[in-house]
Amino acid sequence: MEDLITFFSFQNPNIRYVAGGSVLLAISSALVGCFTFLKKKALVGDAVAHAVLPGICLSFLISGTKNPIYLIIGAFVTGWLSLVMIDFITRKSKIKEDTAIGLILSVFFGVGILLLTMIQHSGNAAQSGLDSFLFGKAAALVGQDLYIFSIISVCLLLGVILFYKEFALISFDEDFAKSIGFPVKRLELALTTLTVLAVVTGIQAVGVVLMAAMLITPAAAARFWTNKLSIMLVLAAVFGAFSGVSGAYISYVAPSMPTGPWIVMIISMIAIISFFVAPERGILYKLITQAKIKRRILIENILKLFYQLGELDKNFSAQRTIEQIQAKRPIKTASLLSGLNILSHQGFLKKQNNSWQLTDQGEKKGQRIVKLHRLWEVYLTKYLRIAPDHVHEDADNIEHILTPELESRLEALLQYPTSDPHESIIPYRNVIKS
Amino acid sequence: MDAFYIILTGSLVAITCGLLGCFLVLRKMAMVGDAISHAVLPGIVIAFLISGSRDSVVMLLGAGAIGILTTVLIEFFQKKGSLQTDASIGVTFTWLFALGVILISVYANEVDLDQDCVLHGEIAYIPLDLWISDSGLILGPRVLYVSGTIFVIILAFIILGYKELYLTTFDPAFATAIGVSTVVWHYLLMAAVSLTTVASFESVGAILVVALMIAPPATAYLLTESFPRMLFITAIIGILVSILGYYLAAYLDGSIAGAMSTVAGVFFFLAFLFSPTEGILIKNNLRERIKTNA
Repeated sequence: MEDLITFFSFQNPNIRYVAGGSVLLAISSALVGCFTFLKKKALVGDAVAHAVLPGICLSFLISGTKNPIYLIIGAFVTGWLSLVMIDFITRKSKIKEDTAIGLILSVFFGVGILLLTMIQHSGNAAQSGLDSFLFGKAAALVGQDLYIFSIISVCLLLGVILFYKEFALISFDEDFAKSIGFPVKRLELALTTLTVLAVVTGIQAVGVVLMAAMLITPAAAARFWTNKLSIMLVLAAVFGAFSGVSGAYISYVAPSMPTGPWIVMIISMIAIISFFVAPERGILYKLITQAKIKRRILIENILKLFYQLGELDKNFSAQRTIEQIQAKRPIKTASLLSGLNILSHQGFLKKQNNSWQLTDQGEKKGQRIVKLHRLWEVYLTKYLRIAPDHVHEDADNIEHILTPELESRLEALLQYPTSDPHESIIPYRNVIKS
Repeated sequence: MDAFYIILTGSLVAITCGLLGCFLVLRKMAMVGDAISHAVLPGIVIAFLISGSRDSVVMLLGAGAIGILTTVLIEFFQKKGSLQTDASIGVTFTWLFALGVILISVYANEVDLDQDCVLHGEIAYIPLDLWISDSGLILGPRVLYVSGTIFVIILAFIILGYKELYLTTFDPAFATAIGVSTVVWHYLLMAAVSLTTVASFESVGAILVVALMIAPPATAYLLTESFPRMLFITAIIGILVSILGYYLAAYLDGSIAGAMSTVAGVFFFLAFLFSPTEGILIKNNLRERIKTNA
């Protein structure tokens, strides 16, 4: 608890640097990541992240210092080059995009490792710490670095805000953007540049390998909660910021813990939880909806069976046992029983001993399903000219979906037919009553 | 002798990776290979904690399982969560890799793995790590045996399953029609990729495994249209990459694995420019000639 208070009072300048730095880096990469995510180019960020390593090493070899400005320029050049090369290879040869990304990513990284080990073996004292780019050094961010990253992050933010409309358009509908005269090529270039900048700065926090997560994961998580781009950007930034602070906090409490991987761990957890619980798009939500639909189909089928059995022996209020129902249509006993229970609970059936009987309400509902089924069979044979022995399956599905509006339009269109293609009577409400 | 051992191990790793890579490249699954190579890290750490050594059957099995788990997870998010493929790959492998790095930090005292070695391995130390039998007989470098075993396993896998792998790669619909399960062979291939990654970890590290899996097959792909020839060219490139990589690293005094991927990249670039059928310079030249004739 004491740690928590010390940490979040931000009195200690070191904590301020680490937390502030992580949050800034996380937010800027999350925002840019939303656009690369929507353009379905999420893994391109991974390639750029690996490709900046040779740039960093080269600019160290040339300048001989670890001045962040030189390193960032070097990183920027090779990161940018890698994107151009991926694009060039995919356009000019039969190599597919995924192979091109993997190729450029690993070869650039290999060159980077070669240069890095060369520098390390050269015995140059200034080189120590260069390898922190591999895994990030969020915990070692100091004043000067932080100023530079803040400036870049602010530029990124401004870039995203200024070009919000343009980026949104090229992310969703490039052809439309082109047709209304947007400079698509130049905007793509601007977005690419922002991506590379975000990667170059983000690498300081989480390192080469995990940088991809800072771009992709917040955007993927945010996408599950909303369909609006503006909300998605805000959510992604909030998720990014939260994981940035938490990562910094964990490595403050347990100094042996690496900040970068923890930031990624937390943002991944947020994403995975979002995948499951988010409303509408979440996996659990979908499963629940599916189960609901399944249940509705089951109970409607049972009511239909009761009604059909009633038609056979002209007695709609007869008692039916499980065996009788299963003899008409084989439904698994377990699901049949649960369906029967739900129906008696809802008042569509009445249970006595081990048999069930339709209530008035149940009869109405069963009748409607049977009517819809037979109306649809008439429609298919009459308007789509499908053979009568081919229409049953389709009607079996559609009977659960047709709405009352469609129902009355079907009735009107077919002019209240009396029987279906199999010569079964179509039951209408008023006909039964009379 | 040291140079020979290193080049031999390098060649074995490069050929094994390259042969599997041919299938990945043609199946448009290069990035899945990349994802698996990162995601096996937690598997390696956990297996290391359980078995206490680096080259046990436990580790290979554990890593194989994690590799398949990665593929299953990627497909799960994609199908059940309707997340687009690239994002699903990106989220899964970074998460598992972060887990691996965290595990290494937590068990830093018990696990003899360091982060740099994970990224680029250290093939140069292979001759120092000898396998000495109980009777004191020196049998040669330990890693050489590991790479050799995996090489034989993967070669046997590809030879025995050649027809099935070929069919499921080029014509999955036909394969299914004649009763070859695309799903089974998909997961077998993924298990093979995981196994190879784990076995190659010590020598070349997680990311350079990817270079060896993608660059030689992509180069061979530009040089030929026949699949058996593509496998053959990939193997030759693997050996050349190992030899040239070793001498480049010796000349520059850098990482051998890094130098191997650099050489692999150079080969690709040369094929990209000068391949007799696909090279862009050759194609441009052809276009010019057609223009002047017309």
